[in-house]
Amino acid sequence: MTAIEAKALDKKFETTVALDKVTFSVEKGELFGFIGPDGGGKTTLFRILVSLMIPDAGSARVLGFDPVRDYRALRQRVGYMAGRFSLYPDLSVLENLMFFASVFGTTIEREYEQIKPIYVQLEPFKDRRAGALSGGMKQKLALCCALVHRPDILFLDEPTTGVDAVSRREFWDLLGRLKDQGLTTVVSTPYMDEARRCDRVALMHRGRLLVVDTPDGITGAFDRPLLGVRAKDRYKALLALRTYEHAHSAYPFGEVIHYTDNRIDAPVDRLAADVKTFLATSGFGDASAEPLTPTVEDSFIARTEEAA
Amino acid sequence: MSALRGLLRKEWFHIKRDRRTATVLVMLPVVQVLLFGYAIRTDVDNVRLAVVDPAPSNTTLALRNRFAAAGVFRIVASVPRTEDLEPLFQNGTAQQAIVFDHDFTEDLGRGTPAQLLVITDATEPNTGALLQAYAQAVIQQYQFALPASPARPASIIVPVTRIRFNPTRESKNLFVPGLMAFVLTIISALMTAISLTREKETGTMEALLVSPLRPWEIIVGKVTPYLAIGFASVLLVLVEARLVFNVPVRGSIPLLLFEGLLYVLVSLAFGMLISSRTSSQRIAMMGVFLTTLLPNILLSGFIFPLESMPAILRWISYVIPGRWFVAIARGIMLKGIGLEYLWRETLYIAGLATVLLAASIRSFHERLE
Repeated sequence: MTAIEAKALDKKFETTVALDKVTFSVEKGELFGFIGPDGGGKTTLFRILVSLMIPDAGSARVLGFDPVRDYRALRQRVGYMAGRFSLYPDLSVLENLMFFASVFGTTIEREYEQIKPIYVQLEPFKDRRAGALSGGMKQKLALCCALVHRPDILFLDEPTTGVDAVSRREFWDLLGRLKDQGLTTVVSTPYMDEARRCDRVALMHRGRLLVVDTPDGITGAFDRPLLGVRAKDRYKALLALRTYEHAHSAYPFGEVIHYTDNRIDAPVDRLAADVKTFLATSGFGDASAEPLTPTVEDSFIARTEEAA
Repeated sequence: MSALRGLLRKEWFHIKRDRRTATVLVMLPVVQVLLFGYAIRTDVDNVRLAVVDPAPSNTTLALRNRFAAAGVFRIVASVPRTEDLEPLFQNGTAQQAIVFDHDFTEDLGRGTPAQLLVITDATEPNTGALLQAYAQAVIQQYQFALPASPARPASIIVPVTRIRFNPTRESKNLFVPGLMAFVLTIISALMTAISLTREKETGTMEALLVSPLRPWEIIVGKVTPYLAIGFASVLLVLVEARLVFNVPVRGSIPLLLFEGLLYVLVSLAFGMLISSRTSSQRIAMMGVFLTTLLPNILLSGFIFPLESMPAILRWISYVIPGRWFVAIARGIMLKGIGLEYLWRETLYIAGLATVLLAASIRSFHERLE
């Protein structure tokens, strides 16, 4: 069964195109990720799906409800965690939770089983003001508040942005547990490495979906030889690589340079040796090159280049 | 627990958490009434009086004593000739002078009109007029106290004036009810104007909107706690009016409290309407100041009498709830009248509150944008 069905959603803000013919569907029980840099339209898309905005064109169904027409019914069933911290900083952890429970006509006690895995982590701070929590704790509280009424679908807009690496991992572990309970969850994130935690991801760029697939499907579709190049003077080596006659692209990737080659069918080991020789003759005697398996980010970069 | 009750509890937590702001909100009207009450009152006391008495006698002395005993006047100089007054007026030593005619005592004894000149510094015309009236009142009282004699039917002619409801002409009786209206409006409207826009600014509105809370629940949930704060202010301001300014409450106190509550409600509703139509606290505050401050000073009849205004301004004043509350508060406090005379004003305020609340609910956006 499908939980979300979106068809050709368009949204413009004055002259800026936020969404451009966005079409996709999410299955029930899926952990679905929207991945892409800021300004890609993720927040706008989420706001349309949870009935906070009206699309200029196109249609959507969330849990079978039309977010424009049936917004009252939909709001009863949806859990939403906004990209901006939207809890009351002057209220305590417990008071925030109590409030969001009461708004949906329920209580913390009644929903305890649902929120327990998260709540036990928050409990030591239950009397602390929400504004005084750490970034990771704030996000856990926000998740708890979005879950307290047992929604049938959960929308989390960039829940891990601005959160430290450990808290990010903990947060994704929690999402994994919710998935195991069968909750449909839609997450957005600018961090490509988080794509691996999703069942399926949509790469989003400038209001358009570049691709919707499983993380393996996305990296598997990466059909060019990929090399990781190391050199002492990384920047100069990068410029040099871009002048190489077989180069398709070269871009910095953390500590290394990712290099793709135009000779699609050639064995990767030979290409690595070729690139190393080229760099050595260009004055980078210390350079090394070795084959890599592509990541989601490599796919994203390749696809945005194609689009451009 | 119902959603509305949860919202009310949440608002209460906000207020409780920020005790300082809550205290300021309750006490601000009290302090403002105190400050304005003393600043605006136009009563004059400590009038510097000079006396010209060319032929002192028991009679002139008796009148002088009347002035001294009136409480308002302080005799600063006593000079023999009228010409001697000039420097006193010029350097401000005297504000007012009474000049006895040389034959004042004899004329009074004979029953012929006795001449008494009252000179008043009218640099400030209002104060001047007031001083003139004070002096006349003293003279009139003196005249009444004289033993009746067939030889003297009307020795000094003093125009007869009768002032009802505020016989002492104390302006505070006129101002304090008006001040209450003025201060309560602004504070109340500000409270609600800020409460909703703050949620818009901090982003918590997004979470409220996605919830099943209906617009009417959000509006009611926001207005109710502030109604309690506003009512606390009404109580304190009334106590202050009574104890500090000695303004009488001749009518029913429960009725006055009820009217006060109704007036706070209409002001809260107005703030709510501004709040639901604006996006930031700053704009909402500007909106409240622009729309309540001047109209409530100029057009509520609180300082400037509406009767002397051009017709168009009078018509505009009909819309302003402050105008009607000033009438109600003066009516109950000074005239001691009840609902039988004030039902129209009351009905208007109640009706306006309903309309404003309905408009706030209608213009509440159920979505972002």
